[in-house]
Amino acid sequence: MIDSLWGALESGLLYAFMALGVYITFRILDFPDLTVDGSFTTGAAIAAVMISNGYSPILATLSGFGGGLVAGVCTGLLHTKGKINGLMSGILMMIALYSINMRIMSKPNISIYDMDSIFVSIQPLIIVPIIAIIVLVLLNRFLYSDIGLALRATGDNERMIRSFGANTDLTKIVGISLSNGLVALSGALIAQQSSFADINGGVGMIVIGLASVIIGEAVFGARNVIHHTISVVLGSIIYRIVVALALRVEWLEASDMKLITAIIVIIALVLPSTRRVIKQKKMAKKRSAEILHVGQKKTMGGGV
Amino acid sequence: MLQLNHVAKLFNPATPDEKIALFDIQLHMKPGDFVTVIGSNGAGKSTLMNIISGVMKPDTGNVIIDNEDITHLPEYRRSQWIGRVFQDPMAGTAPRMTIEENLAMAYARGKQRGLSLGVKASKRTLFREHLSRLGIGLEERLHAKVGMLSGGERQALSLLMATFTNPQILLLDEHTAALDPARAELITRLTESIVREMNLTTLMVTHNMEQAIRLGNRLIMMDGGRIILDIDEERKKDLTVERLLGEFEQISGHKLSDDRLVLG
Ligand SMILES: Nc1ncnc2c1ncn2[C@@H]1O[C@H](COP(=O)(O)OP(=O)(O)OP(=O)(O)O)[C@@H](O)[C@H]1O
Ligand SMILES: [Mg+2]
Repeated sequence: MIDSLWGALESGLLYAFMALGVYITFRILDFPDLTVDGSFTTGAAIAAVMISNGYSPILATLSGFGGGLVAGVCTGLLHTKGKINGLMSGILMMIALYSINMRIMSKPNISIYDMDSIFVSIQPLIIVPIIAIIVLVLLNRFLYSDIGLALRATGDNERMIRSFGANTDLTKIVGISLSNGLVALSGALIAQQSSFADINGGVGMIVIGLASVIIGEAVFGARNVIHHTISVVLGSIIYRIVVALALRVEWLEASDMKLITAIIVIIALVLPSTRRVIKQKKMAKKRSAEILHVGQKKTMGGGV
Repeated sequence: MLQLNHVAKLFNPATPDEKIALFDIQLHMKPGDFVTVIGSNGAGKSTLMNIISGVMKPDTGNVIIDNEDITHLPEYRRSQWIGRVFQDPMAGTAPRMTIEENLAMAYARGKQRGLSLGVKASKRTLFREHLSRLGIGLEERLHAKVGMLSGGERQALSLLMATFTNPQILLLDEHTAALDPARAELITRLTESIVREMNLTTLMVTHNMEQAIRLGNRLIMMDGGRIILDIDEERKKDLTVERLLGEFEQISGHKLSDDRLVLG
């Protein structure tokens, strides 16, 4: 039991990079990017092929990250320059990546069991949190830079940031690229942790990423970007703990996990709108009571 | 400073919905000119603003700023010279970002955006100073999300963001129309003092006749995509709302119809 919790912590942190990527597109850019399912595998494929060819694991991991960046640029170009609908650009890239990943791997499954990996020389539970902290710090530093502010504003009020001279096509491409870079980094690390890369390894990643983002926000909140990103990482860990626990329930099969994940996301998507309606009703009641009260005193308007 | 030469703009050309939004517009503004614009609904005032700021391209004619032909420059490239405030208080700011972050983005206008921190201590001091001049206490709320501000506060912030990097040209498109009278008055006062202090070349669309007469040194009137009346400083001095409406009717042959019309 304790062992499986440590395992959940470790893979939660590794999948957290993928969740951070999903956070960038879904939450910051408000761009539902489905490239993720393909770019996760791209990262895994590049890392596994390079490691099995004797390259250093660090170089292999960084190359995986790079592969994701390139995939993201393609999606971004399709969307901004090709004027293709956001969902469609992601789906097209995801399909295209299947063939590309197959070319990279040249077979559906590569085992790197017993080969060198980032986790061989250093304990995973030491190196993984270190990588997570480095990524979190760099990502936040970026999101608070001038480019980062423009990127965030692109998802918040595109017209406004354009009127202040940002090229929003460029900020979108940068954001989608960075997102898929992180997703691929996650794929590269997961391949090393599990000692293999599979052509279907990325299937359903987008929903898992979303679930992590949503769980993180619900449990830990999201006051500002720093807070939000940390919540996403923690959300990813909680998701893995939930998975570990669910796997111990006798009547649940491992393959049920995707259904459970989908249900989590559905609940999370439905809840806020129902909550909003309830809140609005309450608010309306409160306001009308207030207005009636003020009306009796005959003091209205004024101020900024 | 700003020149529009023979600018025309059609919407839905060669279809039954064809609409001439601008027709052979000639407009020259000198540095420091403060021009107020009035006209009926659909006269082409907003289209004129969009052509100048590059949101739309004219079908014919050209736009010149400071002797440079910018007709084909994309919006984000010309924004280094142009500050804008929109009618909708939501339009000019990013609601999920803080006041200081919004100001930092406005501050970066016309500069290459890089990886240095958007909000630094030195900038924060500057932002506070500018905010306190608005006189509505925003300098105490640098970390507040802009979405939490009232319409009037957001519009005051938009005005500051549009002007504090000293743009060559300031475009105001009914920027007080969505506010209640008290707040509209505040924003008008702020506009007047900022424009005067910084000597900004300004084009301001308004539906408030009294304001159009009182503010600025020149008044133009638009109807059906044309500038039908151009009143200079001398003649503007003894203009009244009645006379202005009278002139409009005489030239255009119909009453000024503006659903947001305020006489003063
Ligand atoms: N994107 C568009 N597509 C089609 N027609 C448009 C478009 N934008 C404006 N028009 C039309 O062009 C004409 C000029 O519109 P514009 O918005 O410039 O008027 P306006 O003077 O700003 O009016 P208002 O006082 O209502 O703001 C109108 O008849 C309008 O219906
Ligand atoms: Mg208009």
